[in-house]
Amino acid sequence: MFALVQVEDFDQGELYARLKQSADEKACGNTGAIVTFTGLVRDFNSAGDIDGIELEHYPGMTEKALMLLVEQAIDRFSLNSAGALHRVGRIYNNEQIVWVGAAAPHRQAAFDAASYLMDMLKQSVPLWKKEFKGDRSEWVAAKASDDKAALKWMHKK
Amino acid sequence: MYITLKTFAQTREITGEDNITLKLSNNSTIETVLSQLKTRSDKWALALEGSVLTARNQELCDTETVLSDGDELALFPPVTGG
Repeated sequence: MFALVQVEDFDQGELYARLKQSADEKACGNTGAIVTFTGLVRDFNSAGDIDGIELEHYPGMTEKALMLLVEQAIDRFSLNSAGALHRVGRIYNNEQIVWVGAAAPHRQAAFDAASYLMDMLKQSVPLWKKEFKGDRSEWVAAKASDDKAALKWMHKK
Repeated sequence: MYITLKTFAQTREITGEDNITLKLSNNSTIETVLSQLKTRSDKWALALEGSVLTARNQELCDTETVLSDGDELALFPPVTGG
């Protein structure tokens, strides 16, 4: 398992390989499904066009909170491994911003775990987005729909 | 006792203070610190008006948490990663 916070862009192939290797080390031949998700920066928000986003984080805590989340996903969905990477700093439209991956014996657990990782990441990992256009910038407000998405996992068995 | 107070995002921008040392009475709770900060300046009062999350030694916690000497307390708005 792994949890990474970095300024640089990432290679999905490398992360997939790292996840598979980590799953193989735990239970070689037991993994039947790997689900990965990549989030990109959209070129618009509710108010119109943007040029990109600036992500602030809490050095130390962000890495710890992301790792804790990966561990929780592994426990909850009995995964062979999981991983997450979040970029910070200035990220322009259409660039990759976040990646999560889950490796499990069967596909449903892998799909659920990837969804869980993204929903919970939006609640518990200290990251803050600021959208910018030219020299103007504005903080992104937390969304009620994101709260709901995280809450649904509290009720599920 | 002394603690370190850190702020992030809007909380940092509004207060203009991102890393300060606070002197507190022993066994102070985070709630006590928040009450004191609200009277520190108009900026702090404004920053603490909305929803603010709290973390003690880099773990999310509630405001009833009791602080110890040398703790790192962080205040920040709801997170918006992903």
